[in-house]
Amino acid sequence: MTMLRRTVRPPAPGPTAAGSARRRARLPADIALAVIGACFALPLLWLVLAAADPQAGYQTRWPQAPSLANFQAVLTPELLFQPLANSFLLSAGTAVVNLVAAVLAAYPLSRYQSRFNRPFMYSVLFGTSLPVTAIMVPVYGLFVQLHLLDSMPATIFFMATTTLPMAIWMTKNFMDAVPVELEEAAWMDGASALAALRTIVLPLMRQGLGVVFIFVFIQAWGNFFVPFILLLTTAKQPAAVSIFSFFGQHGAIAYGQLAAFSILYSVPVLVLYVVVARGLGSSFALSGAMKG
Amino acid sequence: MASPSALPRAGEGGRPRRRPRSAVQRGLRMLPVVPSIVLLLLFLLAPVLWSFYASFTDASLSGRGARDPQWTGLDNYARMLGDSSFPLSAWLTLVFVVASAILGQNLLGLVIALLMTRARGPVSSVVGIAVVASWVLPEIVAAFAAYAWFSKDGTLNQLLAPVGAGGTNWLYSFPLMAIVLANIWRGTAFSMLVYRAALAEVPQDISEAALVDGARGWQRLLFVTVPLIRSSIATNLMLITLQTLAVFTLIWVMTAGGPANASTTLPVLAYQEAFKFGDIGYGTAIASVLILIGVVFGAAYVWLLREKRP
Repeated sequence: MTMLRRTVRPPAPGPTAAGSARRRARLPADIALAVIGACFALPLLWLVLAAADPQAGYQTRWPQAPSLANFQAVLTPELLFQPLANSFLLSAGTAVVNLVAAVLAAYPLSRYQSRFNRPFMYSVLFGTSLPVTAIMVPVYGLFVQLHLLDSMPATIFFMATTTLPMAIWMTKNFMDAVPVELEEAAWMDGASALAALRTIVLPLMRQGLGVVFIFVFIQAWGNFFVPFILLLTTAKQPAAVSIFSFFGQHGAIAYGQLAAFSILYSVPVLVLYVVVARGLGSSFALSGAMKG
Repeated sequence: MASPSALPRAGEGGRPRRRPRSAVQRGLRMLPVVPSIVLLLLFLLAPVLWSFYASFTDASLSGRGARDPQWTGLDNYARMLGDSSFPLSAWLTLVFVVASAILGQNLLGLVIALLMTRARGPVSSVVGIAVVASWVLPEIVAAFAAYAWFSKDGTLNQLLAPVGAGGTNWLYSFPLMAIVLANIWRGTAFSMLVYRAALAEVPQDISEAALVDGARGWQRLLFVTVPLIRSSIATNLMLITLQTLAVFTLIWVMTAGGPANASTTLPVLAYQEAFKFGDIGYGTAIASVLILIGVVFGAAYVWLLREKRP
């Protein structure tokens, strides 16, 4: 996951050739951008308008009688709350497993030098790029053999592992930025490495840990394919999967309710993204993998 | 964190302190890495290895192949070459990746980032939000929106109706084009963010010097800007190729690979063979091919990033 990076440029200086060229180019650039932006926004407009329209179809149109009826219709334990609770359990579980494993791994990798560090970090980097869809068929086979199908904890551990390489990479970079001198003082006072990690390093990298947590949470929340394959019982399925059955199996599709459900399901992710982009937008561009 | 450049680079690690006395102690302090290693071995490496193993058997979802899979050697791979669906699927995957990622997302992302360096601030911000929105949304929601957009009575036909071009069932008549466009819509934000970050680091005086020397816009872009951000371009191409190779949900929701395999990329084919036809052996063989492609691109990606370091 990457963050919006605001690149506010200072206005072009004075009457140089570049400055005036820049100003001349401004209006066409504005128009071109606006057209592109409209193309990107239009498909989403349907989602918003259909959610407010009890008679919605696939057309984008202003609702004749705008109402919250669609939202009311999906606000039931069976349709919305249970799947959202499952999504939360899966995503939070995945994020916690990631954070614990990544912090533990990052500490020695960041603080001690070893011949093992470099190959391990390159393997981790390699792991960040492995296409997860490619391993879903074998993972299913493996889960059948180990009798782990339809198990929430097993699904959480698998999902955590798919994001773990990126989590380790980011966590180590954040930990490297915490000066080691602070810990040395604690070591002098006889604190163990674990105590130093808990009382000094982790509080100082709070923000970074928040980013890792949210990054993993967003990924898990939006994941459709993994729970679609690994969780069979409807009562265990997250919103990403339950929404699909909503779309495919109910015969006549209630478009408005589908849109309302989509919006309710998307809101947590949008909020979390804004939190990260706002809080760290200027200080944190593309996560570890891009900048190295 | 002051700036992204303040983030230390990989492999350097913190400074070594507190030299331990023995090799045992050195080993012991690496102990916390073990949980991560166990997870990675169990849930990432094991499935990959199992995939290669199962691709040489006739393992299946039910029947004898489920209880007692037999070793069948290269049968699955031979079938892949003889079968008409695999070559078609490989071709469709190639077209999908080249058209939607390498050309679509990459070029459009670069164009948007370049336009943003010229456009007014508020315009850039609003357009940035629009582009990023489709990318931040859960994949299944984006896929529904794209489905609605391209469906027979969807918004696209609604817009085309005034010029007399409405009424096409895009998902049925042009499924590949529909998923390519949908994937460009969904994924361009990533390239845009990469190129915005890269362009922000291009010193302005260099391109202004070129301007004073009389270089025209496209010349500056081609001979000044592009060479300066070439490592970002390479990493971006690598990452979006890998992401696009793995796209499943978008295609599954929009066309389910149809009609008649006309939009069945390799992940969709592997899924269908394994789960619809119950042929785990053949499904894992296709998955193994995908994994190998991923390994090649992943290795190239690691090598590229490694090159940048002294």
